[in-house]
Amino acid sequence: MSAPLTHTYRSGEVHRFDAQGQDFIYLVSAGAIFALDGAVGEVLSMLDGVEMAHGDLITALTGSGYSAADAEDLVRELRLARVIVSDQTVAAPAPAKPEGDYPLQALVLNITNQCNLACTYCYEFGADKIATPNGKPKYMTIDTAKASVDLLLAQSGGRPAVHITFFGGETLMNFPLLRQVVAYATDQATAQGRTITFSLTTNATLLTDDIIEFLATEQIGVTVSIDGPKEMQDKRRVYKSGKGSYDVIEPKLRKLIARHRTRAITARVTLSKGVTDVVSIFRHLREDIGFHEVGFAPVTESGEQAYALGEEGMVTVLEQFHLLADEWLDYALKGRMHGFSNVSETIGELVQGTNKSHPCGAGLGLLGVSPSGDLSPCHRFTDADSHVMGHVSSGIDRKAQGEFLAKGHVGAKYECQSCWARPLCAGGCHHEAFVRYGDTGHANLHYCDWIREWTDTCLKIQGTLAVQNPEFLEKFAERKGLS
Amino acid sequence: MKHLRPINQKAKAIDASVEAQTAAMQEDVVALQQQVRPHVPMGCTLSFSPGWEVDASGGTAGLCQPVERDIYDCYVTCFWPVQVPDHVNYSPDWASNCSAAAKDWRSLDIIFP
Repeated sequence: MSAPLTHTYRSGEVHRFDAQGQDFIYLVSAGAIFALDGAVGEVLSMLDGVEMAHGDLITALTGSGYSAADAEDLVRELRLARVIVSDQTVAAPAPAKPEGDYPLQALVLNITNQCNLACTYCYEFGADKIATPNGKPKYMTIDTAKASVDLLLAQSGGRPAVHITFFGGETLMNFPLLRQVVAYATDQATAQGRTITFSLTTNATLLTDDIIEFLATEQIGVTVSIDGPKEMQDKRRVYKSGKGSYDVIEPKLRKLIARHRTRAITARVTLSKGVTDVVSIFRHLREDIGFHEVGFAPVTESGEQAYALGEEGMVTVLEQFHLLADEWLDYALKGRMHGFSNVSETIGELVQGTNKSHPCGAGLGLLGVSPSGDLSPCHRFTDADSHVMGHVSSGIDRKAQGEFLAKGHVGAKYECQSCWARPLCAGGCHHEAFVRYGDTGHANLHYCDWIREWTDTCLKIQGTLAVQNPEFLEKFAERKGLS
Repeated sequence: MKHLRPINQKAKAIDASVEAQTAAMQEDVVALQQQVRPHVPMGCTLSFSPGWEVDASGGTAGLCQPVERDIYDCYVTCFWPVQVPDHVNYSPDWASNCSAAAKDWRSLDIIFP
């Protein structure tokens, strides 16, 4: 007689957490979240750091009071879901590499590389800049813009809806072009029976009543780069003379938010040394000025700049993030949106169970276009000779794109392989990695602990809502995973 | 699933997949000696020689055909005087429909001497 096949089990790659007295796991191989009963907890505890043969595991479970049949069912369920893995099981594959001709979804048009501000930390003009704009056009021409639109529509593989983001420099320094592009792109998309949506990022200094009217009428999403109340905004977001920009933008922002109701108006805050009081920045921007959503990100720098947040700053920021996260949850339990984007975005991805092959859509569904028409992985690589990925006239350079994506794939980042937060992080921003380590494919090791703690916080929020207000999570089901 | 409750969309997809696999197992063919065990496909073997394969556990009880079935290698490469087709005396054409065993093994029939 033959001996039956024997399995030896170990715990799968799971991150355990609890919320409201309920145990959960985040299943790393998939990005799935499950609530557990006591039996699963018991199996995971038995397999904590040790391996057990099938028979031994069944015996241990029957010893705990389960019938043999129940124990077999339990073990099979956990094995099929890969919560436990057998030495006989083929390992779960890393997230698949997207197809070589992955269709475009969005373009970021840098319609000018000129700016009327001189923010000291700027990644385009500051100490760590990678852009090489010398001798290149400063303003995009309408021909280049039209070629960009044509490229987007041709390379988007029949997606019913595509998106253009206008960017700079200061975007509104080339507003006449923006206006023409919106008209041209809308006509072209409509002729193909497709829709196209628009957004822009601006420092808000050049907003006028006419521009606000146009943005509202054309339903153009607006993100404003702003660092908070006057004393924080004016620290680094300054004119070339050194004068702060707060007094110029404040009345314009109030007008914008009062008039523009067709799209969310969001604030994007750069945290830097001395600008870490996240809660008061949030209060000012959300409650006083009236932004719908406020998102925060630490400044990108090489690790040596005076404006760097540093370890200490990151700790302060995380503490403040927790305060706002608690508030976010309180709002959510009452069915209300709070406006702290850093939680909303993460929850959006957790609800879907995103398991990323790449940290973001750069070079994949999204490309940047410089004023000259050069393509790049995203707006942060605009005008950088080191990262040209084709030209709007000649198309996407598939070789450069392939190399960029091969480097940036989470499976190519050694340190990420043992990290449970990789389904969402995938190693972090390509541009930040390049500035910090000189390699877009390097994992952003300087914020790993931070990312894990933040992901754990958001998992607990998700768990709490799953127990107390699951309907609220439904609102995120359709929310875009990558933004 | 009984013990895991899906909380996000990916978990729901896994739930559906596990349910489908579990349901498929209820209908599956398993060897008689098999207890309630993780499923091993029947008839899987690493060496192909009709009649001589071993199953995933190294035995012959789990093969897709009974080992007692006529043994091709004995017919082709050696003389085995009992109970297998004899290409010299009474079954000269037994394998004539089987030009490539890996492809045509299904056309080998049982012989009743």
